[in-house]
Amino acid sequence: MAASPAVSADALKAKLESALQAESVSVVDTSGGCGAAFDVGVVSTLFEGKMLIARHRMIHDALKEEMGGIHALSIKAAWTPAQQQQQQPQQPSRAAQRIK
Amino acid sequence: MGDPAARPAVEGCCLLGLSGSRDARVVAFIKGTRTQPQCGFSYKLLSLLNDCKADYEVVNVLDEFHNPGLREAIKSYSQWPTIPQLYVDSEFVGGADIVEQMAGTGELQLMLRGETANAK
Repeated sequence: MAASPAVSADALKAKLESALQAESVSVVDTSGGCGAAFDVGVVSTLFEGKMLIARHRMIHDALKEEMGGIHALSIKAAWTPAQQQQQQPQQPSRAAQRIK
Repeated sequence: MGDPAARPAVEGCCLLGLSGSRDARVVAFIKGTRTQPQCGFSYKLLSLLNDCKADYEVVNVLDEFHNPGLREAIKSYSQWPTIPQLYVDSEFVGGADIVEQMAGTGELQLMLRGETANAK
């Protein structure tokens, strides 16, 4: 596979899991197949004690190479394991409201 | 026309220079205009600000006539790879996802009213 511009959800997931030592990673391809738009959620102990903006920067950094081929990256969650347990019950996805 | 040395260094640039706005506390750099945002994320950011009844300035990074080079310059300024970007009191706050989460926790409203440490 030589330099294919399309990014796969699985590739992003693998990258995030290894780069951020994540406990769980969700990647949803929202592009409708062209591979350029993703929703991601990451749960990692590395986020402990970090502000949201720093957590997002860590995700951007981990995906530096891929960002060029991605048109829209939406970070839905960047939580510590403890936060994820609290969050679980609420928040029916807002993403559903902006389906295009 | 391409002498690279002649291009202004982004590092030496200040936010006021980038936005061209001297008195706005809240500045949103988006794709498109206030009435016609051209991307779902930019639209979302404006909606969140409108929900807070915030007084804010909009800068269109796609307007190459008035803001040449701004689209890349603003990314370099904040070291943030995506548009839109929100600034409050000259501090980079975040992109659409961060602002949405801050609106959910009430943090955004406090910041816009100037009641957080960050926005003092």
